[in-house]
Amino acid sequence: MKLDSRIPSGPIEQAWDKSRFDMKLVNPANKRKFSVIVVGSGLAGGSAAASLGELGYNVKCFCFQDSPRRAHSIAAQGGINAAKNYQNDGDSIYRLFYDTVKGGDFRAREYNVYRLAQNSVNIIDQCVAQGVPFAREYGGALANRSFGGAQVSRTFYARGQTGQQLLLGAYQALEAQVDAGSVKMYTRTEMLDLVIINGKARGIVTRNLVTGQIESHAADAVILATGGYGNVFYLSTNAKGSNCTAIWRAHKRGAAFANPCFTQIHPTCIPVSGDYQSKLTLMSESLRNDGRIWVPLKGGDKRAPSQIPENERDYYLERRYPSFGNLVPRDVASRAAKAVCDEGRGVGETGLGVYLDFADSINRLGRSAIEERYGNLFEMYNRITGEDPYTAPMRIYPAIHYTMGGLWVDYQLMSTIPGMFVLGEANFSDHGANRLGASALMQGLSDGYFVIPYTLGNYLASNKLEKVDTSAPEFAAVTKEVNDLVAQMLSIKGKRTVSSYHRELGKIMWDNCGMGRNAAGLSNAITQIQGLRHEFWNNVNVPGSGEDLNQQLENAGRVADFLELGELMCRDALHRNESCGGHFREEYQTEEGEAMRDDENFQYAAAWEYAGQDTEPILNKEPLAFDYVHPAQRSYK
Amino acid sequence: MAATGAALYLFVTVHLLGNLQVFLGPDAINHYAAALKSVPEILWGARLGLLACVGLHILTTVQLARINNKARPTAYAKKANSASTAASRTMYLSGPTIAAFIVYHLLHLTVGSAHPQFSETDVYSNMVFGFRVWWVSAAYIIAMALLCTHLRHGVQSMFQSLGFNHPKHSPRIQKFANAVGILYFAGFASMPLAALTGILPPFFERL
Amino acid sequence: MKPASMNLTLHVWRQANAAAPGRMERYDAPNVSEDMSFLEMLDVVNEQLISDGKEPIAFEHDCREGICGSCGFMVNGVAHGPQKGTTICQLHMRHFKDGEELFLEPWRATAFPVLKDLVVDRAAFDRIIAAGGYVSVRTGSAPDGNAISVPKEAADIAMDAAACIGCGACVAACPNAAAALFTGAKISHLGTLPQGQAERSRRALRMVEQLSLEQFGSCTNIGECVAACPKQIPLEMIARMNRDHLKAAWTSRGEHRSGGE
Repeated sequence: MKLDSRIPSGPIEQAWDKSRFDMKLVNPANKRKFSVIVVGSGLAGGSAAASLGELGYNVKCFCFQDSPRRAHSIAAQGGINAAKNYQNDGDSIYRLFYDTVKGGDFRAREYNVYRLAQNSVNIIDQCVAQGVPFAREYGGALANRSFGGAQVSRTFYARGQTGQQLLLGAYQALEAQVDAGSVKMYTRTEMLDLVIINGKARGIVTRNLVTGQIESHAADAVILATGGYGNVFYLSTNAKGSNCTAIWRAHKRGAAFANPCFTQIHPTCIPVSGDYQSKLTLMSESLRNDGRIWVPLKGGDKRAPSQIPENERDYYLERRYPSFGNLVPRDVASRAAKAVCDEGRGVGETGLGVYLDFADSINRLGRSAIEERYGNLFEMYNRITGEDPYTAPMRIYPAIHYTMGGLWVDYQLMSTIPGMFVLGEANFSDHGANRLGASALMQGLSDGYFVIPYTLGNYLASNKLEKVDTSAPEFAAVTKEVNDLVAQMLSIKGKRTVSSYHRELGKIMWDNCGMGRNAAGLSNAITQIQGLRHEFWNNVNVPGSGEDLNQQLENAGRVADFLELGELMCRDALHRNESCGGHFREEYQTEEGEAMRDDENFQYAAAWEYAGQDTEPILNKEPLAFDYVHPAQRSYK
Repeated sequence: MAATGAALYLFVTVHLLGNLQVFLGPDAINHYAAALKSVPEILWGARLGLLACVGLHILTTVQLARINNKARPTAYAKKANSASTAASRTMYLSGPTIAAFIVYHLLHLTVGSAHPQFSETDVYSNMVFGFRVWWVSAAYIIAMALLCTHLRHGVQSMFQSLGFNHPKHSPRIQKFANAVGILYFAGFASMPLAALTGILPPFFERL
Repeated sequence: MKPASMNLTLHVWRQANAAAPGRMERYDAPNVSEDMSFLEMLDVVNEQLISDGKEPIAFEHDCREGICGSCGFMVNGVAHGPQKGTTICQLHMRHFKDGEELFLEPWRATAFPVLKDLVVDRAAFDRIIAAGGYVSVRTGSAPDGNAISVPKEAADIAMDAAACIGCGACVAACPNAAAALFTGAKISHLGTLPQGQAERSRRALRMVEQLSLEQFGSCTNIGECVAACPKQIPLEMIARMNRDHLKAAWTSRGEHRSGGE
């Protein structure tokens, strides 16, 4: 497999302008002759579908939820970065670019990141114009706050519901296009496979989740914006429905999967309380602006937090990283929490937790200021734990939150399958080995509003696309495979529920491919996952039929794919003999326990190529160049 | 509905003020009644206007009820009320009861066919003798209680429907409307009670 | 300290599909931990049902952190259950007592047909938004974000309204199955901001018209919706809708319908 990243030549500052000029255009009158499928309706998919519909393309947009407004982008709390420099504190496009490349531990593609930083500015303008109610100062100007991994205040926010408000903006733009007739929306419809004709992506096969009908949809291009795969860990901050099915099945049809092991552990989540636990809830990283993280100085200290005097507390982030303190990037904060818990200094019933304490801020700023900033988060914490964070510190612990890996795409966001584009969290392009806070929303909207409208046109204008409809034999062949798969899952009628497999897979992944990884554990995990997958296909119990709304069947298909993806993640983690960003190999660390990168041998994106069931995947490498931000050990001390 | 409700609310106010003149003695109220009737064009104009308001109020209500019944054809097996006032939930009950009462009220004190000692000109006696029958007074008082709960939700609802709801002013308006409702009830109920207890004596006892 | 556990009896509406008749069925939920969320309690009941060879209870859910708006059903006649300002996914079992009987029913409204068990079709909400719940701004054509200043108070009111998650609890709780709070919230959100002014009249007219096309009931201003709303959107938002609609209906020249072919 040849990886052509199509990175433009010339200075990075002009690269995007230049490549936009070099791209071919589709004549306005011809746009309606082209059809585009968009799978996913979150920030990336929703903004893409709306923008493409507005340009005049015939768009079909698909989501498995009952409404495009429910895509999981909605749950993002803290904010969205943009290099506006409204605070006059030294921010610039170049600084956002620099912070993101460094934050990603030098495993992202520089040119993509630079473009992302450029687009960030337009995103804010676009969203404000749509009526996104960003926080304002009394003078009426946009307000900002700081986020981890940055020393400027560049994060725009709408209370603790920034993702919701940005998504509603994109959703409303999308519904306006639905009303105008340029986008047709297919809700409660799940993509189950990709159809390739003459080497190009030409359609998808879907299941109507209400009627069970397997349907075919043809188009001139297919865009996947289906989000991340964090649910491979079972417990994560992702929505229960978030899944890897669309990207995984596209991978099996020929799309390379890049850096699958790069997963992000978010440091501030509510700890697990019992084995019935179905998901983990994030407490926005913005809390670290005003909360101080600590554990007791001595292990096994079971006193209530208020009984522990100042000098017997260890504010370990402030101690280890005096310049960034509680605002170190997510991977650093998470690993530090794991380290203190491993030392037996963790708090709470399970010992897997650290305190996030607001007492100082409440004393300094007053309760009402804290309420204004984080009221809804405090309420959420109280609802879940029954404890009051205004009077006792929160207990938090890291949890799986985001996946930096995803389908490999070139600079124009096209995968290794011509005609198939991948946007947002589903692709691998912009965050390297670690994503900075408030950058996911930025990337989703950059891809959807400001990249794909150009690059898709370029593809359509520069390729000869023969007429194709769903009567093509390729559709029939894929439909048969999908039908067979569904029938097979329903016919096993074994002893174990789908969730029980998912939980077990999650535990294997968390224990071996989570915050700390090592070669022995990963090898062992691969064997365990293979065994579990084999058992799944012989002993799973999927009740009901395929002809109606069957949530167990939906979930079974997703878990089946996770059982394959999990193995690839472990292989990727095993092959990458270095520590970088969210990928921490215990064998590769400094004496102080910091990650040790190996730029000589691993400064590349690992793009895995599917080679068939039970055959080892093929590793392809895209070398990464760092001409602008020179690799150095990240230091937040 | 808000507009006709508002008109009817206004009428109720004027009607109450007019009738309270009964406490000023037979002459005052009888002159007032005569004055009202002196220009038939105005009297009938007002009556027709009121009738139209009542008719429209009922018609819009029936339409609303039809839409709302269609909007939820299957009832819940269990349904709890969390925030609504009893007044607001019983509008469909208080409304028709008040309508039925109005018919009786017209036959009783306007047309007189439901009044054994009706006089065309002596409004004072019509009221005093009419209210001396305890069950008639009871019916009036109950009807007035229903009317006032109807108005209580009606006022709040009217402001809401016309688009006025302000976090500072609306609670004040509502408090004012509640107070007015109680005042109206007291005003209306005072007349039958006064007749029953002899505070309002028949005209011959006043001489 | 071990969390307390309890035994509950559930009466759940079971309905195979939109066309089939439904009925209430009784289930036991033993050993429920008080730290479970309501949906985790149902997960456990479902795992048992599957193991017993029975059909699990279908209910909608996704983010399980109270923001996506997927979940929601009636618990003892109250939308999203007894805790104020809380979606059912965030409701924890510590709010119930050992031995309680709980009645679970789907949202009931003509505009929200039941698809299965506790799952209803809320596509009507999307169509209401499509009718006008947006600001038309071509991608890339926006002025600088700070070009138009927005008073903090206006931004705050807009945000209060925009907090709506579109779950449908307002419709479910309303005795008239009206969607006034949902629609009012969107009209208020956009109508309060300077960016939403150009389409303000058209938006109000079209969205309110869509409300009746979808066969939602009419608002009688009784406030059950506000009590049920997990985001505690105030009744004020309905008044704002009424105001915009009255004004628009009065000044309209009668050509607000356009767009779709």
